[in-house]
Amino acid sequence: MDFFHVLVVLLESTIRVSVPLVFAALAGLFTERAGVFDIGLEGKMLGAAFAAGAVAAVTQSVWIGLLAAILVSILLSLVHGYASITQRGNQIVSGVAINFIVAGSTVILGEAWFRQGGRTPALAEGARFQTINFPFADAVRDVPILGPIYADLLSGHFLLTYLAFAMVPASWWILYRTRFGLRLRAVGENPGAVDTAGISVIWLRYRAVICCGILCGFAGAYLSLAMTAGFVKGMTAGKGYIALAALIFAKWRPKNVMLACLLFGFLDALAIRLQGTPLPLVGQVPVQLMQALPYILTVILLAGFIGKAIPPKAGGVPYVKER
Amino acid sequence: MDNIAIELRGIDKSFGPVHANKNINLKVRKGTIHGIIGENGAGKSTLMSILYGFYQADSGEIIVDGRPVTIRDPNAAIAAGIGMVHQHFMLVENFTVLENVMLGAEDSQILNKGIAKARVELRRLEKEYALEVNPDALIEELPVGLQQRVEILKALYRKADILILDEPTGVLTPAEADHLFRILEQLKDQGKTIILITHKLREIMAITDEVSVMRRGEMVATRTTSETSVEELAELMVGRRVLLRVQKGEGTPGDVKLSVQGLTVKDSRGVTMVDNVSFDVRAGEIVGIAGVAGNGQSELLEAIAGIRKATTGTVLLNGKSVDVTGHRDPAELRARGLAHVPEDRHHVGLVLKFEESENAILGYHHDSSYSNGVFLNIDAIRKDAEEKIAKYDIRPPNARLKTANFSGGNQQKIVLAREMERGPDVLIIGQPTRGVDVGAIEFIHKRIIEMRDQGKAVLLVSVELDEIRALSDRILVMFAGRVVGERSPDATEGELGLLMAGVEGRKEAAE
Repeated sequence: MDFFHVLVVLLESTIRVSVPLVFAALAGLFTERAGVFDIGLEGKMLGAAFAAGAVAAVTQSVWIGLLAAILVSILLSLVHGYASITQRGNQIVSGVAINFIVAGSTVILGEAWFRQGGRTPALAEGARFQTINFPFADAVRDVPILGPIYADLLSGHFLLTYLAFAMVPASWWILYRTRFGLRLRAVGENPGAVDTAGISVIWLRYRAVICCGILCGFAGAYLSLAMTAGFVKGMTAGKGYIALAALIFAKWRPKNVMLACLLFGFLDALAIRLQGTPLPLVGQVPVQLMQALPYILTVILLAGFIGKAIPPKAGGVPYVKER
Repeated sequence: MDNIAIELRGIDKSFGPVHANKNINLKVRKGTIHGIIGENGAGKSTLMSILYGFYQADSGEIIVDGRPVTIRDPNAAIAAGIGMVHQHFMLVENFTVLENVMLGAEDSQILNKGIAKARVELRRLEKEYALEVNPDALIEELPVGLQQRVEILKALYRKADILILDEPTGVLTPAEADHLFRILEQLKDQGKTIILITHKLREIMAITDEVSVMRRGEMVATRTTSETSVEELAELMVGRRVLLRVQKGEGTPGDVKLSVQGLTVKDSRGVTMVDNVSFDVRAGEIVGIAGVAGNGQSELLEAIAGIRKATTGTVLLNGKSVDVTGHRDPAELRARGLAHVPEDRHHVGLVLKFEESENAILGYHHDSSYSNGVFLNIDAIRKDAEEKIAKYDIRPPNARLKTANFSGGNQQKIVLAREMERGPDVLIIGQPTRGVDVGAIEFIHKRIIEMRDQGKAVLLVSVELDEIRALSDRILVMFAGRVVGERSPDATEGELGLLMAGVEGRKEAAE
């Protein structure tokens, strides 16, 4: 196996593991830019993954599964919205609560409904996403350099993978080129300016939270309907938190979010690849160290290399009219 | 009577037990600048917030251009042609001028078209009202004066005919304020109606056509500006408050306890707030600093107290130098005999959620009588608090009550007790009776005189001229960051007023 081939394989798996991160980080981008911090990305993703797995197993339809994932995720978002926007509660507490409730209830419901130790039944072909192969992918594979790039790197992914990367420019366009985006960014910086301009702060923030729900729904559905064939308990495995780290790392900008997610995805792919393989000079690297790398990197880079990440100014603060 | 732009009839508003607006009636004529003046907390801002739909009045009517309107939210106010320039700008700092102006009035779902239109309209407004500003500049990079201009443009962009400005000069330098007034004159000439809310008499006299005075939630009078005087307005504002003259004997000044030399302080924007100020305060004398709010008194006080960095200058406390330009350490200053009663007791002087006894030792909690280094000695602290409560007549006499539940006057007494009972050599006091009821004012004044008679050096800053005159042995007047004159407390109010307005001082400084 030559170096080029290894690289293509590595990048291909980077893309695969980055997809849920991209969805979740963009989800966080929408709420946090509107001034609602959301540590509950993890829980929403997990809830969505469970709903997708369970519904797809029962209905045998990947689409109904996807829809269920989005609905459950929006519902959880609205809970967060009600607690933090309407009731002006603490946004971190609400997010953590969602994470815990979902982590527990998915296992309980899964066991009660399917009796497979918290899993959902393995999904048949029609009940999960299939990879999409570009035309002539197999034919051009042998062309040097470009062949593998086209056939292995660009082709052969799931629909949701393409959607995730399409969502990056789409999110940028929504945030920076539409009225909704302008208002959303404004409400995250100075809700007073939005209120005095005659726009409802509450309704605007709810819409941002719903956007977050939809995107987390995609992230969860990808985990249980595309990456694997069914739900496994705790299958998000901290991806929600990595997405949050990526969001901070990216200073709340869409393009940077994608790059940060790809970087963290790459580290993940590398960790899998290097498992049990001794490296020159250092020898065998413990898996745990590789898994911790995204977090360590975030801390180090934020501490000194990429400068200060300034969050949206009104982030985390419920809006109360003056006096 | 048909040239009334806006009329308020019987506006009434309460926040819980606080009656902020009592049966307010007001008529503002079209094409005039109408001033609304009153002390802090007189209810001016509440009234204007009702007009802009931020709050709903409990009762009363609003009539715009002869038609009764219901203003349920800012949208309705905008629709009625009312625009507001808030005291704290309602701008998104990391947006451009253009984005801020169009926010909420974007025209279409997709921005591109709206941006082009807004740019053209903004250019037209800039030209029509001589309000130049670069539409692509970020707000955070603009000086405050220009940020305010953006706020005005925002209102004009929404086709406001009635413009409300809430304390617009509070954040401006005098030059910027003058410029603002020229803009307002021009807007008036173009037929706009302007309501100017302020507590600065000078501004009212300089620019308004008519003026209404508010006091404690009531509209007490409306005058034609040219037919009234500063004295009359001041009296209307304050009311015939019988200021009980405190008994005060001759002071016996001793050694210099606090010496300030060439102190200059700049704020975070780099604007000079205190400009080369020098003075001494001796043991056994009260030096009062008079001035209209915002002329550098607050910054001067904070720099001496060690909570704000000075740019240059020296301060000697008990003859020993204090590092005012470098490392700041209020605790060290306290240990060296300086006590500080801050201007803003809610944010600086007290932790409102703490119980009374905790606030009574705040800042001195490391002292060996309250703490053994690890644990607080709760019994000693409560006993100490109870002694202070008795001595300062703090009501209700409950050391365990949450501080937020005390009235303004009693909260102030908690701070005074804490600072005075330490027996400091130098006591600096900011706004000792702001938001304090009349009974407590007398008590506080007596205590301050007592401190002097015990041989303490007292530096007093207050925007209440009466208070300065009643308590001080010497009066320094600050204007635009500088001490523009020194007077004895026998100086007339008019003489001091002219100094405070910067009229006399300029001459004096030039001589």
